[in-house]
Amino acid sequence: MNQMSTLAAAPSFDVERIRADFPILTQTVRGKKLVFLDSAASAQKPRAVIDAMRIAMETQYANVHRGLHWMSERTTDAYESVRDQIAALLNAPSRDEIVFTHNTTEAINLVAHSFGRGVLRPGQAVIISEMEHHSNIVPWQMLRDSHGIELRVAPVTDAGELDFDALETLLSDGAVGLVSITHMSNVLGTYTPAARVASLAHQYGACVLFDGSQAVVHRAVDVQAIGADFYVFTGHKLYGPTGIGVLWARAELLEQMPPFLGGGDMIASVSFERSTWARVPHKFEAGTPAILEVIGLGAAISYVNEIGFAAIAAHEQSLTDHALAVLSPIEGLNIIGRAQDRGGVISFTMDGAHAHDIATLLDRNGIAVRAGHHCAEPLMQRLGLDSTARASFALYTTHAEIDVLAENLQRVRTFFQ
Amino acid sequence: MSAGNTTFDDVRDLYQDIILRHGRNPIHMQRLEQFDAAASGDNPMCGDRCEVRIQYGEGGAVAKIGFDARGCAISMASADLMVEAATGRTAPEIHALAADFKTLVRTGHTASPDPALDALKPLSGVSEYPSRIKCATLPWAALVAALEGATEASSE
Repeated sequence: MNQMSTLAAAPSFDVERIRADFPILTQTVRGKKLVFLDSAASAQKPRAVIDAMRIAMETQYANVHRGLHWMSERTTDAYESVRDQIAALLNAPSRDEIVFTHNTTEAINLVAHSFGRGVLRPGQAVIISEMEHHSNIVPWQMLRDSHGIELRVAPVTDAGELDFDALETLLSDGAVGLVSITHMSNVLGTYTPAARVASLAHQYGACVLFDGSQAVVHRAVDVQAIGADFYVFTGHKLYGPTGIGVLWARAELLEQMPPFLGGGDMIASVSFERSTWARVPHKFEAGTPAILEVIGLGAAISYVNEIGFAAIAAHEQSLTDHALAVLSPIEGLNIIGRAQDRGGVISFTMDGAHAHDIATLLDRNGIAVRAGHHCAEPLMQRLGLDSTARASFALYTTHAEIDVLAENLQRVRTFFQ
Repeated sequence: MSAGNTTFDDVRDLYQDIILRHGRNPIHMQRLEQFDAAASGDNPMCGDRCEVRIQYGEGGAVAKIGFDARGCAISMASADLMVEAATGRTAPEIHALAADFKTLVRTGHTASPDPALDALKPLSGVSEYPSRIKCATLPWAALVAALEGATEASSE
């Protein structure tokens, strides 16, 4: 690479220009400037996403895969082109491996149902980790109870990292059919070394699923480089609308799996005696899909691609480093999780102040954080906590906002002393 | 005791001194070793939990109430103030007081003439914070469940 191209590839980031793309960020809350530090729960939407959905409704909307008319054909084209965008986003080998769901939860339920009941055999095991969101726990418990699958839980270390020795022990009897694990913890911010997990799982004959709900937002994901078998994420954390999620799986797995929901769009033909299924991925997409939300997600992906994941990751790494530096010295404040490789999700507790009280006080000054168990109750139990407060960052977060958070946490501390 | 941090002045309606005091050092947080009924309530949204144990005395009145809880300042203070307001009352009186209290924290006021409500009025500020109302009502739900012979408060 010559010097010119190195310069061209260097991440440049104008956060104020980016903030101008998000109309909601100019809002005030309780008379204060909104400081939105809850993007890990759901991210705000850029104008490009809002406009794409509105323009589709105003100019180019009909049902997809059905009509022989102009509107339906245009809508189908717009809708299906997002499948190509997602395949590119994940570096999936084929667009036909991209299945639209309504969110991550539904995508994992799809895998638990179709792969769990259709491919795994009773007596086999599924491994999850201690730092999973409820959406990557409960579907496997339901599979365990209905299909005789054993559910094993890989521990995390006190630093909040996956315990690889323990994971290998859990894999060692060869009974494990699937390792289903977060790619980035929504509580601790820990990144899972995905390629290492995949390689270890494969060594013992297990497939591997990554819950990319958090990870896909912050870094470029390459499912082939990781060696993943399944990858799932949701649109609304990636600056897209709610109601649209994605399952990517290797084609041969999707071919082996029976359908999830039955109905229109997922069939080849239907008679009262029997029905046959549409080809993959449509076999898994019953009913009229979330057409506008898919179009919105496509706009969101275009938006982040235009900024580029190198620039986004560099900005957010800088935010995270800054946050750790300014929050750590606050007396009585405890940052939960100290993983080496972590992203912009920081959970904390404060001596003498419950997470809810922290959140309420911050809210009075326009600062939005999450407080509670973050849909990860077992992790809270593992950490010996009832709840934490959590600040999470996005591409539109500024260093100044983190300073405002730190300043206000200092005041919260004084308030409850 | 921090009374006045000017920065958060506008939350003093919620976090009055009496709430901060009871929230920090709840006087009645104790597990009664001897009890006639006990019930727990939990708030699945946040993981707060409160167990209430009661002892009946002469004439069916509740002679003693103790609680064991984990939660925010609002829920701890509410549990502590509840013990003071409800002790010595009969089950029907406590049911009525619980209903009045619920009205108080949902609307900010109550028309009930019950003098016990005076001590609970510092919690009326919760009505301005819809996501926090359940913090205040959780211990009452556990107490009412214990009076009804249930072991778990029904979630509202």
